[in-house]
Amino acid sequence: MPGLEDLYREIILDHYRTPRNRGELESPPAIETRGHNPLCGDEITLYLLVDGEGDDAIVSDVKIGGQGCSISQSSASMMTQAVIGKPVSQAYALIRRFKTMMGIEGYDEQPGDADVAMGDLEALQGVVKFPVRIKCAVLGWNTLAEALDRAGV
Amino acid sequence: MAFDLDAVRKEFPILSRQIDGSPLVYLDSGNTSQKPRRVIDAMTDFLENSYAPINRSSYRLAGEATEAFEAGRRAVARLVNASSPDEIIFTKNATESMNLIARSWGGANLGEGDVVLLTHMEHHANIVPWQMLRDERGIEIRWVPLTADGQLDLTDLDRLLDGAKVFSFTAMSNVLGTIPPVAKLCAAAHDAGALAVVDACQYVPHNATDVQAWGADLVAFSSHKMCGPSGIGMLWGRLELLDAMPPFLGGGNMIDTVTLDGYTTAPVPAKFEAGTPPIVEAVGLRAAVEFLEDLDMSDIRQHEMDLTRYALDTLNGRFGDEITIYGPDDVAVRGGVLSFAFRDLHPHDVSQVLDERNVCVRAGHHCAKPLMQVLGVQSTTRASFYLYNGTDDVDALADALAGATDIFGF
Ligand SMILES: Cc1ncc(COP(=O)(O)O)c(C=O)c1O
Repeated sequence: MPGLEDLYREIILDHYRTPRNRGELESPPAIETRGHNPLCGDEITLYLLVDGEGDDAIVSDVKIGGQGCSISQSSASMMTQAVIGKPVSQAYALIRRFKTMMGIEGYDEQPGDADVAMGDLEALQGVVKFPVRIKCAVLGWNTLAEALDRAGV
Repeated sequence: MAFDLDAVRKEFPILSRQIDGSPLVYLDSGNTSQKPRRVIDAMTDFLENSYAPINRSSYRLAGEATEAFEAGRRAVARLVNASSPDEIIFTKNATESMNLIARSWGGANLGEGDVVLLTHMEHHANIVPWQMLRDERGIEIRWVPLTADGQLDLTDLDRLLDGAKVFSFTAMSNVLGTIPPVAKLCAAAHDAGALAVVDACQYVPHNATDVQAWGADLVAFSSHKMCGPSGIGMLWGRLELLDAMPPFLGGGNMIDTVTLDGYTTAPVPAKFEAGTPPIVEAVGLRAAVEFLEDLDMSDIRQHEMDLTRYALDTLNGRFGDEITIYGPDDVAVRGGVLSFAFRDLHPHDVSQVLDERNVCVRAGHHCAKPLMQVLGVQSTTRASFYLYNGTDDVDALADALAGATDIFGF
């Protein structure tokens, strides 16, 4: 059986204890999107600011509110660090890569996706061995995807 | 005969299972209970020797199967002291029983502005069917609030019941363990001219139940929480009331006759049992009822009261301010359900750490999100006991909790 150390890696606990980019952004202009996990009741509110249009659109800021377990909180925290300042197209690529890493089907990687750095996010790989926690890990990502879709750049 | 925990445990094959070399500490019976050997054997034996359609075919085997199915109904009627087996309707689960009540009785009797009174400690099964009616036809839903220690606050009950047509409440909260004064609440409902509906899903498995002494009108409960198989639920109702209620689902078995122009309904219970019922499950349920009867429901309740007292004292004693256990402290008015907050840890993380030691608990909102709002939490960790749990399980829970801080370091 996979041990707890596969799940609760130090970097994950660090993001859980000291979440990055927590808070709110004024909306509008930010896009406020809520996500929740109907199974356990975890809730997340994501604020997204996008600058520019079309291919030049950049994720200029993301903030996270709400409550959740160590996995959903740390995953969202790492996600903000990974996408802030990146082109929107790369944010989508990260979402595809992350979901694929979580073993979720239907997010076929597209050309260039493999070049997008996962960084600390690799630490969440161990979650796959705990299938009930996958939903926790992807909560923030689903919420980001919805926010990006709503930004519609 | 005194309650013999070791003997009881031997009846449950799953309790001898080990995961990673250590025993199972199953503390999730509020969710669903484990099954004793006799239930498993009764179902296997029936499938191997007597399985056939019921109520439809005239050969001997079908007669035998029908008889076995109806014996399940009689056993349930006896367990809850129904005045006739015809008052027991088999459904898929307690949720379907609640939907049957809202659709059939509510559909025939509730309209715009009519009031249904619920409480803040209801399971979604006793909330959503009424909210669906509200959205469709504009009924009003009122709520009985809770006291600080998680009991029903009955101060304003008369005012809340004024003009109400239904009072529907749980006989034991699946989150707080709270056991309200059911007979008193049924009487109050009747005094106000309201129907008394009881969600007894958590109550029947753990307490001697007498629906007539309660004076209830309709009572919903479920097999899978009382040592029986999943896939079969129960609705008890007073016969005259069930007779007067329109059918819920339409199809085979529930009709008297069908023509090109229409249908007439069969008498109860068949009227509410459309289609092929859970046949094997009824056979297993009968074995579960007999198992509980042999042990004696009041001995089971006493065992669980003692265990709950031990658990409250052990957890509060060991963890003090670091643990918040919701619900009443008096075990006379609470069942063996302990929902708690532990340090600053999220319930998901708590249950994950406990699982490492095979301690099985539930983390989440327990299908009672409105109650979570009232408690001001998003979710809780819940340990729930049944007849096969003992103080060793509580100690295992406490030891595993003590280990949780090491990992998270706060
Ligand atoms: C109080 C209460 N009511 C209703 C239900 C629903 O029961 P079932 O799962 O049989 O539909 C449950 C079970 O979770 C419960 O605890």
